[in-house]
This record gives sequence, structure tokens and C-alpha cells, in this order.
Amino acid sequence: MDYTGHTPRDIEEMLKVIGVADIDELFADIPSVVGLNRPVDLPAPLSEIEVTSLVTQIAGENLITTQFIGAGAYRHHIPAALEALASRSEFYTSYTPYQPEVSQGTLAAIFEFQTLICRLTGMDVANASMYDGATALAEAVFLAVRSNDCGRVLVSRAVHPHYRQVLSTYAGASGLEIAELPLVEGGTGAESVEAVIGEDVSAVVIQNPTFFGCLENVKEIADAAHRAGAYLIVAVTEPLSLALLKSPGSLGADIVCGEGQSFGNPVGMGGPMLGLFAAKKEFVRRMPGRLAGRTVDADGNEAYVLTLQTREQHIRRERATSNICTNQGLCALRAAIYLVLLGNGLRDLADINHRTASHLRRRLLELGAEPAFNRPFFNEFTVRIKGLDRVSAALRNEGFAFGLPLGGYYDELADCAVLCATELCSAGDIDRLASAMERVLKP
Amino acid sequence: MKTIFESSRHGRRAFTVPRVEIADSDPIPAEYLNDGIDLVEVSEVDAVRHYTALSRANFGVDVGMYPLGSCTMKYNPKINERLASLDGFASLHPMLPASMQQGALRVMYELSRCLSEITGMSAFSLAPAAGAHGELAGVMVMKKYFEERKEPRTVILIPDSAHGTNPASVATCGFEVKQVTSAAGGDVDIDALKAMMSGNVAAMMLTSPNTFGLFDRNVRVIADILHANGSLFYCDGANLNAVIGKAKVADMGFDLMHINLHKTFSTPHGGGGPGAGPLGVVERLEKYLPVPVIAKSDAGYFLDEARPDSIGRIHSFFGNFLVCLRAYVYIRMLGAEGIKRTAEVAVLNANYLMARLKEIYHLPIDRRCMHEFVLSDKGLPNHITTNDIGKRILDYGFHAPTVYFPLLIPGAIMIEPTESESKETLDAFVEAMRKIREEAEENPQLVAAAPHTTPVRRVDAVAAARKPVLTWEG
Repeated sequence: MDYTGHTPRDIEEMLKVIGVADIDELFADIPSVVGLNRPVDLPAPLSEIEVTSLVTQIAGENLITTQFIGAGAYRHHIPAALEALASRSEFYTSYTPYQPEVSQGTLAAIFEFQTLICRLTGMDVANASMYDGATALAEAVFLAVRSNDCGRVLVSRAVHPHYRQVLSTYAGASGLEIAELPLVEGGTGAESVEAVIGEDVSAVVIQNPTFFGCLENVKEIADAAHRAGAYLIVAVTEPLSLALLKSPGSLGADIVCGEGQSFGNPVGMGGPMLGLFAAKKEFVRRMPGRLAGRTVDADGNEAYVLTLQTREQHIRRERATSNICTNQGLCALRAAIYLVLLGNGLRDLADINHRTASHLRRRLLELGAEPAFNRPFFNEFTVRIKGLDRVSAALRNEGFAFGLPLGGYYDELADCAVLCATELCSAGDIDRLASAMERVLKP
Repeated sequence: MKTIFESSRHGRRAFTVPRVEIADSDPIPAEYLNDGIDLVEVSEVDAVRHYTALSRANFGVDVGMYPLGSCTMKYNPKINERLASLDGFASLHPMLPASMQQGALRVMYELSRCLSEITGMSAFSLAPAAGAHGELAGVMVMKKYFEERKEPRTVILIPDSAHGTNPASVATCGFEVKQVTSAAGGDVDIDALKAMMSGNVAAMMLTSPNTFGLFDRNVRVIADILHANGSLFYCDGANLNAVIGKAKVADMGFDLMHINLHKTFSTPHGGGGPGAGPLGVVERLEKYLPVPVIAKSDAGYFLDEARPDSIGRIHSFFGNFLVCLRAYVYIRMLGAEGIKRTAEVAVLNANYLMARLKEIYHLPIDRRCMHEFVLSDKGLPNHITTNDIGKRILDYGFHAPTVYFPLLIPGAIMIEPTESESKETLDAFVEAMRKIREEAEENPQLVAAAPHTTPVRRVDAVAAARKPVLTWEG
């Protein structure tokens, strides 16, 4: 199967117009030592029916269980109307909106997305997306460093380990120094910041809620950072929390970055994700990523266009604010539609998430689990369980994904797991988990 | 066009959140909580009408042809969409144990093997979320390679015709960009290249076929010059659609490359992503690939993170998996024959358009092209610009070609039809371009004021940049 429609007659006519005898002549510039004289070795082509059967079978090799896991990707309900709208092919088969006159759909949706993200984060400007939360964080750090010309960044150990690893990869390649802030009660201490901050520190980076689900005291940390002349960057991996919690902007954040996947995108084995990037207005000319702006057309009617493009690679090349070109446009569209459908009801959904998680936590504590940290939480929390590995494995056999065990990431938390409950987790699911847990814990 | 905010009315809702009778066992203290959020309040039908109207203001491949050079706007098969939405993939959490993810790991492993076979590269990482991300990872690999060899090479050579992401990616990693000039025929100027060789040159990045749509006839010579100098040779694979099944990138002498799955392998452009930019390397560079690497043992697929020489993690999870899945389905359906025919028809279509359009517009480099070619604005009458031509083509029901790239061609109009377009569509495009050329002569105002029939008229980008309005303020 291939997706060409050319008949032999078409090809013959076209070759005549070009003035060659056969298609191979068109490849004459490829030196013979380079050209392939045999087909590439791929499995035999499949029809639609066969590939459907194959890929459905492969999908069945993944185990979808009752999942109590978050850790940077969150299973939420995706409204039916969202799927219907996002699958309109004028949205998903369209190109980057460089010709705005035929891309008003994409551009208007991005403009609305930017607006919604600003409202949730308390920031002045948001871009059209980055690849994911981790690379958004790396770009946030780059923006901070570019802005105040300092080469050192303090990053809390309570930030998602994968985000810290990605940041380390980016920092290593560009010569930035990353220093770690110690874990304090599953989060970050303002005193820890004060103890190590100095004039050479460009920014302090925290995650809220933290990787452990704990709520940070964002204002205190913002103040500590600002007193030393540094920016505060807040990373958000579960943006549903923004519906309930005071916005990072209102608490002193200068840049807010993170993961937008919770808004209308499936967890999908971790991709495509949706990097969120928002900042105070002073950063607008130095920030990375695409920006949709409002303007008028030749008739004076409202129109949207990609703007401040001189920041970007296609114009500024090696002096661009980032090398990013293709971002996660369709994921941002899905997020915008999600936020519009949920609307102010998003807060109710967030409340359900918290109550469900708190119920799960209470049941686990009743069964002997211990809270790892003494902080409020949103829809994720960390517990300590004796013999966690055995318990997790046994629960897995019963069809439960019991959160993320932390031993592989934090040595001192080897018997701890971070668990998540969203609106997709019912009271019945929690009951069943508790029964299974009771059985597993019996001596 | 009204924004959704203007339809907002207090008390309306689109999605009803369920009543959940679970008590709060651990209320969040009031000082953490906001006083309420103000997003928008609309009914479902109004939300649906709003976005449906927006979609109708959009052009897409399903609407008509995008002859955008360097973008490979080919048809996005619907079976890819259906299979990428299977619950067994969509609901799969990335942080589960690998034993629960065998299906997804198998897809990634097999896709990497297919890409290796198609390009000749020894191994691929699917972690890069876009071509530029792949380039960045590639530059990091090169940096680590030379650090390990204790060779302080600080320069990367990039042709003057390169896509902007190339120098941007290079600069991010602290290398200095030096431009290599192109010779008159469109190939890299070999003498200029030789003169630039020094112990300081880490690598050269080249798009192959190049950004003029031509196959650089000296590609092996370039590779030899670089390798003799101890330098690496990076291929920007944006134009891979021209050579799949006809030549392997590794055989051209490249050491590493990225592929754009949303170009060559049919995954949708989505209005600006998500794409995917897998990074492929020759064997001696494998150890530097980002972690985790998807590996296979007798016990099944697993994530190999024990890679001390890796550049590190570059994505929070595994890259854009559901995009990779679409590319996997595409390759499994095409097979070797379909892959080869794709390149053949892509190149046939481009040469056909070039043969016909060179009678009407100026063709600066009159040479057999690959999958795309570039016209210039030379000879356009009455102060009509490339931009005007691009805007007028919108009125004829086509998207504009790529304009003003590559930078070396004045008023460049870069055209890539892809293999998706039938002869009839190509003929209609030529006819439209011919009419526009006539209009430029006989009725220039029509072209200068285009477009006329699109959802909005020509947009004032200057005003947008002068006083940016980036959010709706009411």
C-alpha cells in the first residue's frame, strides 16, 4: 500500500513533459556508490485490515490496570466533545500558521489557549507550547539566565527527577551550573534557599505540588529568591491543581512552566505531552516559543497572527531565544478546548481529585501505611510501607498499579511510594485496593 | 471572529462534573486556596460551534494542497489516527514497570529498527519531540564525543542555505557557527570547505538533499574531507522524503541524523506539532544516545538506563510515543516497495512541476531537482513580490509555497508537492500560478492586495509586533 494515485499513463505523460525516459533518471545525481540497488529490508506491507489486527494485538500487550499513579502524567477524563472537535482534520492536518489568512482557526485557538494559561498561572504572557514540562523547565532556566546574566541556578530536589535530569542535560551542554536544594518535608525550605543563595544565582526552581504531591510555601521561597535578586521559577506537573490553589503568579513566581497533559491529552506512554510556558510581561521579547497576537486585516477586521517572530530561529538563527520550531500545537488546542468545556467547573473537578486522593490516603493509613511528609497535598501524596516492594508486586498481580516506588530515585525513601487519585478513581476502586492491601499485608 | 470569552455567561456550563460523595479527609488549609477561578462559562453547543467555526477558517491537507518546500505536507492516513487512539496505548502510563508496557516498547523498538534499515544508521533514539530537538540532541552527542577524546573543537560548519534551527541548535550548545558557501550549481563549495578545515572544526551539518532541493553530488567528497579532519558529519533529515528506498543516509557518509516523522512518515502537522525528530547514529556514537534506550532481551523489552556515556535524558518520558506509533503503522503498511515508490513519485511530481513552472517563473538553478525546487522573484513585474504571489495563491484554493527560504535565493519560492498530489492537482496548481503571473502583469493591484476570498484579508503583522496583544483582556 502506498498513498500515491498515479496511473502508468499519468507517469508516462509526466516523464514526457520532464524529458526523461524513466523515473530512475530523476535520481541520476545520486552517486552509484550511494544509490541502493536492492529494496530496504522491511516486513512485507500490510493492508489496513492486517495492520489493524497486528497493532490491536500489540496494544493488548500493554497492561491497563486500576492505576493510582501520577508522577508527571495524570489520567483524567477526556470529554467526548473534545475528541470530536480535535479530530476535525482542518485542525490536525494543518500546517504551522505562517500564512495567517488561512490559519485563523489555529491562531485564534492559540490566542485563547494563551489567555487561559495566563489566567490559571497568574502570569502576563504564555506561549503556544513547548515539547513537555521538562524541556519547558530547561527553557525557563535559560530565559532566566539570559535575563539577569547569572550562571547559577538553585533547583529543589523535590522537583520531578526526570525534569532535573533533562535540565542537567541542557545545562551541561550550555555550561550552566545547577546546585541542588535539599528535600525538606517533601518540599523546599525557604531557609535552605537563604543558606546558599548569592548574587551569582539567576533563579530558584521549585515544583508545586512537588514530585511527592506536597504543597510548597511558594510565597516564602519567592521572597527569599527576590531578596537575593534571583527569579523564582515554578514548575507545575499537575496543572489541575491551578484550579484550586493560589496561582504561582499571585505568590511571586516570575516564570511558570510545566506539563499541560492533564488538560485534555491522554497519558499515551508519555507523549505527546504539552509544555506550558508563561512569564511576566518583562520577559516577552526574550521568551522562547511561538506567540499568537491579535491584529487587524486589510479590511480592519480582527485577525490573529504569529508575532514577535524575530525571537525565533527562522529569523534570528544562532541568536534566537530558542531553537524550537515545531512545538505541540494540537495538544495545546486540546487543552484549550478542555479548559473551555470544563470552564469554571474545573475547580469542582479539582476538588473531587483532592477528596478522592485524601480518601485513598486515609484508607492506606488505616491499614498501617505511614505518611512520609507532613504537608498538605492536592491529588498526590507519599506514604511509607514496610516491605513496599513485596506489597507493590503482590498488588500488581491483583491488577493494581500502586503508585510509583521511590527507591530508584531517592535512596532515603526506598520504602515509600507516591500515589495519585483522580476523578477516574472511584470509591469502589479504593475499596477494592484496600481489600487487596489487607490481604497482602496479613502476616 | 468572536473569542470564546465573549460568549461566556455566568452560570453556563458545558461539562457536568459528577457528584462524588467522598468526604475530604485532609482539607487543604485555606491559605493555599484561591478564591475561585475565572476561565469561561459556555454551554457545550456553543463551545462546539465556536471550535467548528474556527476549524472552517483553517486550511489543512484534507482541504487542499500545501506545496510547502521542506515541510513534506503529505496526506495523513486515517488508519494511523484510529490505531493511535486505541485505549491500550492512549491510557498507558509512562511510569509503570516495563513489564506492563511491552506493547508500547515493542512499537518503539521495531520503529527504531525500521528507521535504521531505511537510513543505514545503526541505532535511533525516539526521544526527540521535534526535528529541532533531534538536532539539539545530535549536537550534544557530538560535543560529548569530542570531550571524551579531549579534542577542544569549538566550531560547527553550516551551509548558508541551512534551516534556522541548525545554527540555533548549535549555538545552544556553545559551539560557534561558521558558514560554508554554496557554489553556483547549488552544491557545497568544496574549495571553500577545504579552506575551512582545521583542528577546531567539530562537524558540519548538511541537509540532504539540500535546501535547494538538490542532491549534493559531492556528498561523499564532503564526508571524506570531514572524516580526514577528524570531524563528524550531521544530516538534517528534513528532506528525507526524496531518497527513502533509493539511498541510505549512512551510505552518503553521514555519522548522525535526525528524521522528521511529521514530514517523511506522514504523521500530522497538527497546526504546529506534535511532531517527532528521532536521532540516528552510526555505531561508534551509540553510547552517547539519550537515555533511556529501548532494548530487547530474551525476557522482553526493557529500558536501558545504565549508559554512563549517554548525553542524558532529553524528554520527561520517551518522546512523542503516539506520534511514533502513527509512523510505525505507516511504515508497516508501505513496506519496502511503498517506501521506494513514495520517494519516486515525490521526485517525479516535483520535476514535473519544475518543468512546467520554469516556463512561467525564474528558475535560478536549472538542474534536475529532487522532491522540491526553488523559484526566484526575478522578473516579477509591477513591484509584485514573492509574498504577494503567496497570498494570491490562497485565493486559488492552494496553500502558499514556502517563501523567502532558502535565504540565498532572492524572493525564494520553494515548492514541494509530495507524492500525495495527483497529476490533475499539479496541473491545477500550474494553471493557478500561470494566471497569477498574468495578473501580475495585467492587473497587479489584484495580486498586491491579495488574498481576497480567504476568511480574513491580508493580516497586518507589523502592527501585531509593534504593540503585541497576546491575551484577551475583555
